[in-house]
Amino acid sequence: MAPLGARSVSTQIVRNRMKSVKNIQKITKAMKMVAASKLRAVQTRTENSRGLWQPFTALLGDAPSVDVKKNVIVAITSDKGLCGGINSTSVKVSRALHKLTSGPEKESKYVILGEKGKVQLVRDSRSSIEMTVSELQKNPINYTQIAVLADDILKNVEYDALRVVFNKFHSVISFKPTMVTILSPEVAEKESEAGGKIGDLDAYEIEGGETKSEILQNLAEFQFSCVLYNGALENACSELGARMSAMDSSSRNAGDMLDRLTLTYNRTRQASITTELTEIISGASALEG
Amino acid sequence: MLRHAARRLASRAAAAPTARRALATAEVPAEAAEDSTFVEAWKKVAPNLEAPKTPISLMQPRPPTPASIPTKLTVNFVLPYKSEIANKEVDMVIVPATTGQMGVLPGHVATIAELKPGVLSVHEGNDVTKYFVSSGFAFVHANSIADIVAVEAVPVDQIDPALVQKGLADFTAKLGSASTDLEKAEAQIGVDVHSALNAALTG
Repeated sequence: MAPLGARSVSTQIVRNRMKSVKNIQKITKAMKMVAASKLRAVQTRTENSRGLWQPFTALLGDAPSVDVKKNVIVAITSDKGLCGGINSTSVKVSRALHKLTSGPEKESKYVILGEKGKVQLVRDSRSSIEMTVSELQKNPINYTQIAVLADDILKNVEYDALRVVFNKFHSVISFKPTMVTILSPEVAEKESEAGGKIGDLDAYEIEGGETKSEILQNLAEFQFSCVLYNGALENACSELGARMSAMDSSSRNAGDMLDRLTLTYNRTRQASITTELTEIISGASALEG
Repeated sequence: MLRHAARRLASRAAAAPTARRALATAEVPAEAAEDSTFVEAWKKVAPNLEAPKTPISLMQPRPPTPASIPTKLTVNFVLPYKSEIANKEVDMVIVPATTGQMGVLPGHVATIAELKPGVLSVHEGNDVTKYFVSSGFAFVHANSIADIVAVEAVPVDQIDPALVQKGLADFTAKLGSASTDLEKAEAQIGVDVHSALNAALTG
């Protein structure tokens, strides 16, 4: 506590703290409002894009446990912070996937979208990072930008299976890590011949003059860009939702802290008044008596 | 503190088998929709982390192939920014595949078709809705479900003919004056799309 005799100084300290906590509360409340309004806009776009990847899964099925030599983990994270734990969750999931898919003959590389993921993964897996992309959300996410990005990634990275990791937006308070697997055309053909979970790719007739492998190549690239688009939108939604709840709990904490500081302030103030009064009265009674 | 740690380890070891059994019975309906080999492998690598969800558990399972040919075709037409048609039962769709207009009726053989810029028409009874599609893929499944994924589509009545003519003229000029392969390819794409737009407006 404050030293004896320094009465006015201690109230000053508490008053300064109260002022700074009140400012923090105002800032976090404003950030929550901003995130809420941005969320409304992105949420409609995300829900509209949810139908985009379903035809591909209906056609090709899903094979998350496929065993291939070259795995590439595409982790979608955010650029800005103060959004709760979603980036750490994505990074943890990516690291576990890396462990799952690395082995004696297999290797696993990262492609990281977003600054927060890069910062966390550079610390221990710098050699496994193939490429990083930041400033995804400088302009609102649209399909053209993502298609160009997908093209860029596919050009620079050799893969047998791409695993896209992101946080899927279920509601404002619930975001679940999700992983979508995209196989390269050669692996897809091999899996369908082996009769795995891919479904009967051979049963489908290929319309067109091109060969089956060319069509499968185009299909894989198109699937990757669609999945990446949906994943980026879902992650953006989850980021805004997480930021809303993080800022909400921040402002609530600041409010609690403010209440406690107000009580301390009043107590200190009243104690100093009481001490002064006591001194005056005892001095006066000493003079009289 | 160490005493507690020992006790906690013992209790966790004792509780783990029973806990796993309880979890297995509770999760069986959900596991059926997920990939159990993946979840098992995940548990070995990261036992404390919940496995990420995979697309199979996030979408409705598709109906199996019926024994007889159904009367209607179920169509899903999706664009990146919206689902234009979702689970609508129609009589026929005509898609602009790279080999030309392809008609899809209920009971069509399972096909994967890449689309070129052209007109997609959906026939329901006497209504015909026409969209101009930029490109994409069309999948016809054996259970008479057609999925059409396109990058961009507009209803044909919203296309401005004047702009189409101007675009066609611009790109033909660019094609003539193009020097590098990239420029030639871009100009050729522009010419193709605009001529298809022209055909859509007139045809």
